[in-house]
Amino acid sequence: MITRYQIAYKNLLRKKARTLLTIIGITLSSWVLVSLLGFNQGYERALNRDIENMGYQIMVMAKGCPYEAATMMLQGGTGLRYIEKSMVGSILKEPEIDQATPILMQAFFDPNKGENGGIAGYFGVDPATYPSMKPFFRFRQGEWFHDDSADEAVMGFEAAELEQREVGDMIFVPEKNVKLKVVGILERTGTQDDGTIFVPLKTLQKVSGIDMITTIGIKVKKDADIVELENKLYKLPDVQVVSLSQVKQTIMKLISTARIMVLSVAIIAILIAMVGVINTILMSVLERIQEIGILKTMGAMPGDIFSLVWTETLILCACGGVAGIGFAIGFASATDFLVRIILPYAPAGGLVVIDVSLAMLTMGIILLVGLMSGLYPAWKAGRVRPLESIRR
Amino acid sequence: MENSAMFLEARGLSRVYRRGSEDIHALHEVSFSIQRGEFVSFMGPSGSGKTTLVNLLGCLDNPTSGELDLAGRKIFGNGNVLSERDLTRIRREIFGYVFQNFYLIPTLTVLENVALPFAFYRKPGARLEEVRRLLAMLGMERRMDHLPAQISGGEMQRVAIARALVNRPEILLADEPTGNLDTTRSAEIGEILQHLNRNEGLTIIMVSHNPNLARLGGRLIEMRDGKVFK
Repeated sequence: MITRYQIAYKNLLRKKARTLLTIIGITLSSWVLVSLLGFNQGYERALNRDIENMGYQIMVMAKGCPYEAATMMLQGGTGLRYIEKSMVGSILKEPEIDQATPILMQAFFDPNKGENGGIAGYFGVDPATYPSMKPFFRFRQGEWFHDDSADEAVMGFEAAELEQREVGDMIFVPEKNVKLKVVGILERTGTQDDGTIFVPLKTLQKVSGIDMITTIGIKVKKDADIVELENKLYKLPDVQVVSLSQVKQTIMKLISTARIMVLSVAIIAILIAMVGVINTILMSVLERIQEIGILKTMGAMPGDIFSLVWTETLILCACGGVAGIGFAIGFASATDFLVRIILPYAPAGGLVVIDVSLAMLTMGIILLVGLMSGLYPAWKAGRVRPLESIRR
Repeated sequence: MENSAMFLEARGLSRVYRRGSEDIHALHEVSFSIQRGEFVSFMGPSGSGKTTLVNLLGCLDNPTSGELDLAGRKIFGNGNVLSERDLTRIRREIFGYVFQNFYLIPTLTVLENVALPFAFYRKPGARLEEVRRLLAMLGMERRMDHLPAQISGGEMQRVAIARALVNRPEILLADEPTGNLDTTRSAEIGEILQHLNRNEGLTIIMVSHNPNLARLGGRLIEMRDGKVFK
């Protein structure tokens, strides 16, 4: 006819405004918490996806700081360090390696790019090995190069959009006065490849006059010991090994500061919500001392009253938790947008990923925190003596 | 429960409250007995100790000294003090309570208020249908879905009586049950209590300073200064 849940629920309806404000507090903390956990999960996933989409797990390049090399390349293609292409053959002898592909990165100054000119970057890739490292590439138009020394180019989605090129159009390599025919335009991948112009390695070597390469991309066999391979590669003379797992760790370290800040905000929000819950339930208990006393004359044990008050806490937290998770899912793209503004580096794809297990985890945390908040009011209610309450 | 002649027996019950450094003797060595099916009214001026006595009889409080036997079972005696848990166990087995303030839960309907004890304890043999039967018996069948704020004071007390009876108590304890009601409503409540005693065989212990109501009981016990005068 009436259950304790119904009694608890109806008790909360007595002071609707107070109950609503408490639920809003819990909703906000739940929203912040699930978004933070979603970001924690989503960012790492997106970063992993970016790294996986590179097609290789290890890069070998000439000794020197890779960040310095990248900067110099962006500044005009001078000062890049090179390695011999023959090194690919010797590296391939390692049993852990599945595939290795030589890459030549070149950048030329284009005076017609932007208002004051800009850098046009080219990737010289080996048509025999590079495409198989990027099996997820899909062509919007055209296909890969027709031979390994053709004056042809394949453009990433954004590069083609920016240059307004279609298959069959020509692109002009600045500084070198060379024209390349666009034979393929890629679908959007959501990675750095979207802004890249790919050229056959031999063609780029011919255009730039450099018969060497800048990087070797290495794809490791499944179940192979990457650390063991890295240790072997470190022994090669005049080269440095950049493991993408190291790159990932470096980026994650950079992001950790932002994560700690957001986590602090989430903890503060949860603490505020806890105080709100304690206040609401305690007020509710103090207002109902006489009623609680009467319940005890009816046969309610201290544990019954404790569980009744705890149930009220549970209902508040469940409502706030569900609403918070709902808002977090509904506004995930807005959160994603804000996070991208704040972060120094944001990988492609969704940064805030909220799945069922995460929602359940958040709900569990909110309920646990809520039940802890309800301990004192519930204990106080359980100790009410009927005689004293009736005398009030 | 055995049908002993002496259903309730109090011997030398005393209750002393301490206020600051002063001892207040609210009840002083009270002794009497009540038989099963009796309707006993306690009457007396304010401060005479009648509510204190009923609180002890109803196991809402421990006496300072004295003994109380209830249905052949020793409840208080030999200086033992029962815990709140023990008192609750006795209360829910034996008593139903009606107070001057009705203490209905404002957010629950009449029906839900009467069924409320079942949410915590249901005595063996107590049935859900009893809720509707009691409300019908007390003339509240058309008000079952109303909230307490939508019914009169007399009706609220009827609901409180139904709630007290739903777990089939052995004794109904009524502390100033008409204290908040006008003369007409008081008379109605008095008739209901008389009906419950005569027709349902319920033992009733009532405290009242309304002489008309107190006289409805089969036995009237007068109290003064914490003592009993028959």
